[in-house]
Amino acid sequence: MENLLDVENLWVKFPTRTGVFDAVRGVSFTLGRERLGIVGESGSGKSMTGRAILRLIRNPGIVEADHINLEGVNLLKKSEKEMRAVRGQRISMVMQDPKFSLNPVMTIGDQIIEAYRQQTKASKSEAYNKALEMLEAVSIRDAERVMRIYPHEVSGGMGQRIMIAMMLIPNPEILIADEPTSALDVSVQRQVLDIMDKLVKDRGMGLIFISHDLNLVADFCDRVLIMYSGRIVEVCDADKLHEAKHPYTRGLLNSLPRLDGKDKRLQVLKRDPEWSKTPSVSGRL
Amino acid sequence: MSDTQTLRQWLLSETPTSRRHAKLSALYQGWLSLRANTMAMIGLSILVALVLVAITAPIISPHDPFTQDLSNRLAPLGAEGHLFGTDSLGRDILSRLFYGARITLYIVALVALIAPIAGLLIGTVSGYIGGITDTILMRITDIFLAFPRLVLALAFVAALGAGIENAVLAISLTAWPPYARIARAETLTIRSSDFISAIKLQGAGPIRIITKHIWPLCISSLIVRVTLDMAGIILAAAGLGFLGLGAQPPSPEWGAMISEGRRFILDYWWVATVPGLAIFTVSLAFNLLGDGLRDLLDPKAGE
Amino acid sequence: MSLNEQHTQRRPIRVPLAEKLWPFLRASVNVFGSVIVTIFGLLLITFIIGRVMPIDPVLSIVGEQASQSSYDAAYLELGLDKPLLVQFFYYLWDVIHLDFGTSLLNARPVTEDIARVFPATLELATIGIFMGMIFGIPLGVLAAVRKGSWIDQIARVVALVGYSMPIFWLGLMGLFLFYGVLGWVGGPGRVGIFYVDIVPSVTGMILIDAMLAGNWDVFKNAFSHIILPASLLGYYSLAYISRMTRSFMLEQLSAEYITTARVKGMSEWDVVWKHAFKNIRVQLITVIALSYAGLLEGSVLTEIIFSWPGIGSYITTALLSADMNAVLGGTVVVGLIFILLNIFSDLLYKVFDPRAK
Repeated sequence: MENLLDVENLWVKFPTRTGVFDAVRGVSFTLGRERLGIVGESGSGKSMTGRAILRLIRNPGIVEADHINLEGVNLLKKSEKEMRAVRGQRISMVMQDPKFSLNPVMTIGDQIIEAYRQQTKASKSEAYNKALEMLEAVSIRDAERVMRIYPHEVSGGMGQRIMIAMMLIPNPEILIADEPTSALDVSVQRQVLDIMDKLVKDRGMGLIFISHDLNLVADFCDRVLIMYSGRIVEVCDADKLHEAKHPYTRGLLNSLPRLDGKDKRLQVLKRDPEWSKTPSVSGRL
Repeated sequence: MSDTQTLRQWLLSETPTSRRHAKLSALYQGWLSLRANTMAMIGLSILVALVLVAITAPIISPHDPFTQDLSNRLAPLGAEGHLFGTDSLGRDILSRLFYGARITLYIVALVALIAPIAGLLIGTVSGYIGGITDTILMRITDIFLAFPRLVLALAFVAALGAGIENAVLAISLTAWPPYARIARAETLTIRSSDFISAIKLQGAGPIRIITKHIWPLCISSLIVRVTLDMAGIILAAAGLGFLGLGAQPPSPEWGAMISEGRRFILDYWWVATVPGLAIFTVSLAFNLLGDGLRDLLDPKAGE
Repeated sequence: MSLNEQHTQRRPIRVPLAEKLWPFLRASVNVFGSVIVTIFGLLLITFIIGRVMPIDPVLSIVGEQASQSSYDAAYLELGLDKPLLVQFFYYLWDVIHLDFGTSLLNARPVTEDIARVFPATLELATIGIFMGMIFGIPLGVLAAVRKGSWIDQIARVVALVGYSMPIFWLGLMGLFLFYGVLGWVGGPGRVGIFYVDIVPSVTGMILIDAMLAGNWDVFKNAFSHIILPASLLGYYSLAYISRMTRSFMLEQLSAEYITTARVKGMSEWDVVWKHAFKNIRVQLITVIALSYAGLLEGSVLTEIIFSWPGIGSYITTALLSADMNAVLGGTVVVGLIFILLNIFSDLLYKVFDPRAK
């Protein structure tokens, strides 16, 4: 499988008063035209990894890596201006909560059109039609009305579908989905995932799916990276997740309730300080 | 040395042994982070200096602030025996400045007592009782808030007559509404919290709840607000003094001193400049300290 | 600071179920009702201030040497024999008819006086607020975008000094330096002595009147007089506007939709102005409306320093000569403008913020 993205030894550092805090410590992985899951608890560095790829870590945060290659071109060597041509056009991102990730004072139509016209200097009417088409692709009925309304007038599930439409409209090669369903009602999570999955598959994109939900990732992805305190502790195929060996992964699996469970009590995760000392496992193929 | 070390350790203990211990330790930690804020410490030092000057004014003043010397009027800066020169009646400006610190502190202290306490009373009662009382009290607060403060203070002073006490009263009358708003907002959050229900179950009445449980929790946000408002109070008092509505001559109130110096501004600029610098320094000090306290006690409100 | 208070605390609106039926009607009735109540409160307070005045209003009309009979006649004419409540309604009635009584100083109706002096204040405050906006908004935005940089530090110092400096003193210093020493600007007053009453008063605002008359000499002279006091007021509103802009912008810049805009590949300029700034426009208009109201009031001390014949000078002069009708008339007018600007900014929220609909 050809690699769309190749990340080698990625570090994200934040200088604080008490010294430098490393949010991500030497993570390496590759992404092909596949669905790659990154799982970990909050603070494990999984979101930072996603944002570091897009070079969206703001000052005073620092991103360091041997390389972050997008189809062989190192993103870290690009100027900020060149980077803007990568964002949205080639790598895009869907964030957790559409309530916050959509601009509250712009109509949905304006926001989608803006995403499309950012690099393709398409005419307004062209962009408008494209936006309608895209909204219909994420199963939004009466798209014309939705184009005219504001984000606070749509539900969470619909908002997230709008986000997906907006982020996919420039036709990027990679989509980073950062907890895309965590803020949604359980009843619409599946629907949103299915829509995202179909679009990503149809377009032959690579997907980085960041989540804290082990079952969801096992279900939805092809390959899983398990992160703990800024490092990848284990890499495995999603369908073999239940054969995982690392004590942290095992601990996470064992702390999930199961209908056929034999144990009376769920296990509590016991953390071993050794986990955060051992070097990162490579997620390269 | 080992004694202070243990005191420090006792204050920084993570496991307080008594309520007072916890309180003192929280205070000490607050002090430590305030001390790390250079700007706030500069403000605090200026204010400490101001208090010292006010206390020791009779000792450190080189001259009597009221003694006139018409043969030596409008002496320039650095004139012999008069560091900041003399005013139009030949009085020593430096000495008047020192004595003026007393008046400034007096005004600030009185307003800082009257306005927040009035606001606290109205706000907590309004928030705790709710219903029609709340509506009426808050409507009154709104009316005062919708008012031009300085003009209202002017009208009050006009009615009450000029003088320091009336200026204090007028400023307080226009300063309380924001405190009432803050206290009410705090009360509303506290009132619906679980620990208040628990106290109610133990049989505590509204007065006990308000005085023992709500007031202490409102204090910190009020203190921040008061410190930030101090500068405004000083400026308002100086403004009234400047207009001849505050302290009356021959009182060495700083605003009144500027007003006296105003007539000579083009030829003897320092007469009005020096007291203005004093006002500026003190209100700057309050603003610096207030910013520091806000970062400390109310990190949300800061930027 | 009081301005800040008003606008941050005004927003939360409780919406009971019944209100959903008549949202628009109820809202307008509410706004209208609160305006009426506030104005009523304003008048009640000024009435009380007028009553507790230690000066005998009769004596100040008829004079110290008046006979008992003329004293009594004036006493009855003023309605002072009636109960306080009745007197208050007389007062209300008069105010509704824009009658604030006669000024004791010049025996002219107070309303006429105010109409004459008000344009001078309006002219001063309007130029001031424009200066505050033109410099304050970009400064605040820059300070937020480059948080912690030298420009942020400068903005901080500028605001801190603005909050701490007595305005009348700064005005005096400005007068001393720019008029007395450097001679760059005109001195106190609206125009130089040779330019008084040359152009006919149409709007009462001398710059506009001079333009209407096409007299550029007067315009230049008037401009050289207004520039210093207007800059002074401008500086104070700049301090406030830039601080508020900065904190609004910081709040928006940390919002997630900003990340969305960056993910789209937008330039930082577009992210700041097309996304973040768009979200603070309504809040900013409120701040500007309130700080404009603040300037109308803040001009009191400035007008004294610059002998500016506006409403601030009018109130203060009246005050020092115990001309209570004039003081209260002026207070009511300034208070009314305050209230109206408050409502205006509230309504702007409802009109321009899509979330408020």
